[in-house]
Amino acid sequence: MNNLDLAKTANEVRKGIVTAVHSAKAGHPGGSLSCADLMTFLYFEEMNIDPKDPKKADRDRFVLSKGHCAPALYSALAQRGYFPVEELTTLRKLGSHLQGHPCMQHTPGVDMSSGSLGQGISVAVGMALSAKLSNDSYRVYTLLGDGEIAEGQVWEAAMFAGHKKLDNLVVVVDNNGLQIDGKIEDVCNPYPIDKKFEAFNFHVINIDAHDFDQIRDAFKEARNTKGMPTAIIMKSVKGKGVSFMEGQAGWHGKAPNDEQYEVAMADLEKVGEALCQK
Amino acid sequence: MSEVEKIATRASYGNALVELGNEHEDLVVLTADLAAATMTGVFAKAHPDKHINCGIAESNMTGIAAGLAATGKVPFASSFAMFSAGRAFEQVRNSIGYPHLNVKIGATHAGVSVGEDGASHQCNEDIALMRTIPGMVIINPADDVEARAAVKAAYEYVGPVYMRFGRAAVPVFNDEKTYKFEMGKGITLREGGDVSIIATGITVPASLEAAKMLAEDGIEAEVINIHTIKPLDEELILKTAAKTKKVVTAEEHSVIGGLGSAVCEVLSEKCPTKVFRIGMHDVFGESGSAAQLLHKYLLDAEGIYDQVKKFVK
Repeated sequence: MNNLDLAKTANEVRKGIVTAVHSAKAGHPGGSLSCADLMTFLYFEEMNIDPKDPKKADRDRFVLSKGHCAPALYSALAQRGYFPVEELTTLRKLGSHLQGHPCMQHTPGVDMSSGSLGQGISVAVGMALSAKLSNDSYRVYTLLGDGEIAEGQVWEAAMFAGHKKLDNLVVVVDNNGLQIDGKIEDVCNPYPIDKKFEAFNFHVINIDAHDFDQIRDAFKEARNTKGMPTAIIMKSVKGKGVSFMEGQAGWHGKAPNDEQYEVAMADLEKVGEALCQK
Repeated sequence: MSEVEKIATRASYGNALVELGNEHEDLVVLTADLAAATMTGVFAKAHPDKHINCGIAESNMTGIAAGLAATGKVPFASSFAMFSAGRAFEQVRNSIGYPHLNVKIGATHAGVSVGEDGASHQCNEDIALMRTIPGMVIINPADDVEARAAVKAAYEYVGPVYMRFGRAAVPVFNDEKTYKFEMGKGITLREGGDVSIIATGITVPASLEAAKMLAEDGIEAEVINIHTIKPLDEELILKTAAKTKKVVTAEEHSVIGGLGSAVCEVLSEKCPTKVFRIGMHDVFGESGSAAQLLHKYLLDAEGIYDQVKKFVK
């Protein structure tokens, strides 16, 4: 997919995020919007997947370790054709297959249930190890929040992945700089993130989370990296694409009201129109 | 009487894994730097490629097991009960239980019979913790024959299973030739009409011995082995309670949340019966030999005999 089409699709993914969270009257828009470009790239370009056969054995796996950003995953899956986009408005509602945090038994395309921070990366490491044990060629991707990496289990998993040289594993950290209680460096400073992963024997790549050329190059580099796992630290803007949410910790876990929803959708429509002019 | 052979159920675990590994390509055994103690070391020798040491990181090991299961392997994640069920509880709950993944947890060194290591390593809470996870099967085998059969049954079953093994060597009282393990089905080892002793794990052979001593006093005890604590054999428990109208439970575990609680839950709802729970009464263990500790905490044959006799009076 070319960059323009990726950008247009990512914009639709963002509309889906905002619509779903607005409809649910709860959820996590900030961190979902910051990773929308990545989710689009993974599901439309990088991963070997088939929406018509969500469980095909040789598919690449994705684990959303920062499970609260389920709206981004659901919106990308819907755009990719795993289920109708209209179902996004059932997010978090009784009887919906779109649970507040990802549930692999309910949602087609979700490879692992997650939500309790720090656990998804271990599962992704287990999947990557599994492929190595049986000489399978699939690759495993996992996305972590920059606040999430305060969890000790993340580093247990990183130590093991480095030790086992799991070069079929890519760990992405969404470095939007904000967590519920404020700036990550104020809450419990995790920096330098890249040097930490380097110390755990990862190949580390720093990129701009909203630049598709950089995203593409990073995943290509990861694919070509042998004998060690790759960590991609992507600098992102929390709330990206919605004017009043950008860079605001307050939009970590809050839904827009009807008025705010109109403004957010108008922002995204504007972006979409501009992209169509290109 | 000839000397009864004694084998620790953790050794049964390791040996059963070796046999399973010979037959099944998808079996993977995980340990967290306790290969020798959990007896997965024997598996590592036989199948080095399928034995994964995760280092001292039980939470991560639990997640790795989930990832292996999600991609079609059958992982047996092994550690001490304290760490498998205690330290990694939330990982078991959220990464294995909630997605109902096909992970087998082999938890050794359960209960006070861990011995000299003391209270920090003597887990008397694991059954209680695991019982609260929806869909979790809990097996607590009583001897070598039962333990090996249970490990094989756990492999065949699709879904999460928590298996509890002991450190200490325990008498082999089941006959390999006739023994049949059926998940969720208790076994009546001795019939009696005066009192029912519902036991699990290491207290099963002790309860049988206690029953012999009680018989000499004219008390006929029915002894039931509950190797599967969840799902619980309610039918058998209700049957024996209706028959003897007096129930004693015996377990090397806290009386809070374990077999005793499970039996009381069933009986109080469906067949109110007077129950006495033998187990750890809201206390931590301590250092000592396994035999000394089982004696001190009234979990050996003598302790069970004394408590049942007092209860029946």
